[in-house]
Amino acid sequence: MVLPTVLRAPAAPPPRYAPLSRKKKRASAGYVLTVLAFLLPSAIPLTLFVLGPMVAAAWISFTEWNLITPMEFIGWENYRSLLADERTGQVFLHTIGYIAGYLPLVYIGGLALALALNQALKGRSFWRGIYFLPVVTSWIAVAIVWRWLLNPNNGVVNLALGWFGIDGPGWWTDPDWAMVSIILASSWKDLGFVMVILLAGLQTINPDLYDAAKVDGAGAWKRFFNVTLPMLSPSTFFVIVISLINGFQVFDQVYAMTGGGPGGSTQVVVQQIYDLTFRYGAAGEASALSWLLFIVILAVTVIQIIGQKRWVHYG
Amino acid sequence: MAKSPRTRPRSIVLHVVVIAGAIAMFFPFLWTFITSITPGAGFSIAPQLWPENPSFEAYQTLFTERPFGRVVANSIGLALVTTLAQLFTSATAAYAFSRLPFRGRGVVFAVYLATMMIPLQVLIVPLFAELKAFGLLDTYLGALLPTFASAFGIFLLRQAVNQVPRELDEAAKLDGAGHFRVFTQIIIPNIRPALATLTVFAFMSSWNAFLWPLVVLRSPELQTLPIALAGLQGQYTTAWDVVMAGSIVSILPMLALYIFAQKYIIQGVASSGIK
Repeated sequence: MVLPTVLRAPAAPPPRYAPLSRKKKRASAGYVLTVLAFLLPSAIPLTLFVLGPMVAAAWISFTEWNLITPMEFIGWENYRSLLADERTGQVFLHTIGYIAGYLPLVYIGGLALALALNQALKGRSFWRGIYFLPVVTSWIAVAIVWRWLLNPNNGVVNLALGWFGIDGPGWWTDPDWAMVSIILASSWKDLGFVMVILLAGLQTINPDLYDAAKVDGAGAWKRFFNVTLPMLSPSTFFVIVISLINGFQVFDQVYAMTGGGPGGSTQVVVQQIYDLTFRYGAAGEASALSWLLFIVILAVTVIQIIGQKRWVHYG
Repeated sequence: MAKSPRTRPRSIVLHVVVIAGAIAMFFPFLWTFITSITPGAGFSIAPQLWPENPSFEAYQTLFTERPFGRVVANSIGLALVTTLAQLFTSATAAYAFSRLPFRGRGVVFAVYLATMMIPLQVLIVPLFAELKAFGLLDTYLGALLPTFASAFGIFLLRQAVNQVPRELDEAAKLDGAGHFRVFTQIIIPNIRPALATLTVFAFMSSWNAFLWPLVVLRSPELQTLPIALAGLQGQYTTAWDVVMAGSIVSILPMLALYIFAQKYIIQGVASSGIK
């Protein structure tokens, strides 16, 4: 698919030299006002409520602060104590555990769906619509619905397992199964999202490639591994990048399903940030942890962007 | 695609698998609804696929014992204001980034896009402090202000404005139109599909927003659906019919929106993947 921006030369490139000469500047006061009138409605909120707080968070992370009494500058102390605290490692491990369960499930499921729903099929857009439905519902509703589906007592999943004589686990009430429950609910919600991204990718694959592969005698599996997967790699890349960014920030469904429990078994990074701020009055430490999280997300994303050369095929 | 007899069984299997999967995907919604009309569903009563004495009393509980009427109105009001604000701030910014060249525009646009990368969690503490200083904690305005501009919306609309032929601007300018007239009379009518996509996305994300409203809106009468829903779960730990009725109240408007705007939602998601 072609992005029109790529085709269009940027309007009026600034002159290479003599940017200091004031005479060259055509911008009249009226034009400046016009630009400001169009730009300020977005620039003011973005500055006040995103960029400003971002810088402030960095400052707060070097202070001790309970949101009420004045801040006290303590240097790197928050970072030092976070890195020394074994709970920090645990909350990152729980978050990574969530991603490790969620991502393969949602990608393989979404890919299977995209492949199936890319075939000639009666009522295809209706079925796509059904699979996409959970995407538009809120995480809180999803978490609560799944708490009920996976309820150890009278939950429909354990009732159904009972018909086969299986004694269902305690799901979100059991430290060993709580994260599994969150992963199941999250995958159900996001399956349709991944499906739509991959379907859009599948539709850009040139059918001639399949014909050429057939002429070369490639069977269905070979065509899948040698044509579909490589040609789909930009979409796969996007799904993985987005899933990791969102996965590290997992919160809503954890808050509503387990609140980090039982026994801290699903305490993820953002739940810890929330608890530090609003439960333990340690806003400075929370800011430091949120910056650590941001740096981790940034590093993971940058590594993927660098690493994509090895496996993502554009074109 | 020519249908040879050989592909028939394969096609039947495909249909069966897709339909079975769709039923499994839809089942949680159905079960939620069934539970909500099964009085006393929960610890002692398991809902049946076909409830014996269906009743809407759980919904009554929501709207009489709990302030759900107010909560629904809050959610609708906040979502409408957020949507209108984002349409305005995104369209104006998109016009500037597409049609108003100025020095440093590329850098400003890059900074705008970078704000998409910043996780909300990093902003929570300073935002909380900032709105506290403004005296806006526990007010609608406090919940609304940080949602007024969206980098995603600006990006989406800029793509659309770029696709409007410049000849249209030039023709209008020859007729003596300034930038404001070009914007309102040429650009806006020509980017309607993108505006529709942004409308749906802004409304949806406001309707489903959780972390920020949870932090800023503390009074029960100001809360939005996701917050009230999370609270409901704490209050009615065993009355699953009431909790599920709350879920249905929260889900239903989105399903309705989805049915009417499916095209725009799927386009929006799909286009976000093509970069």
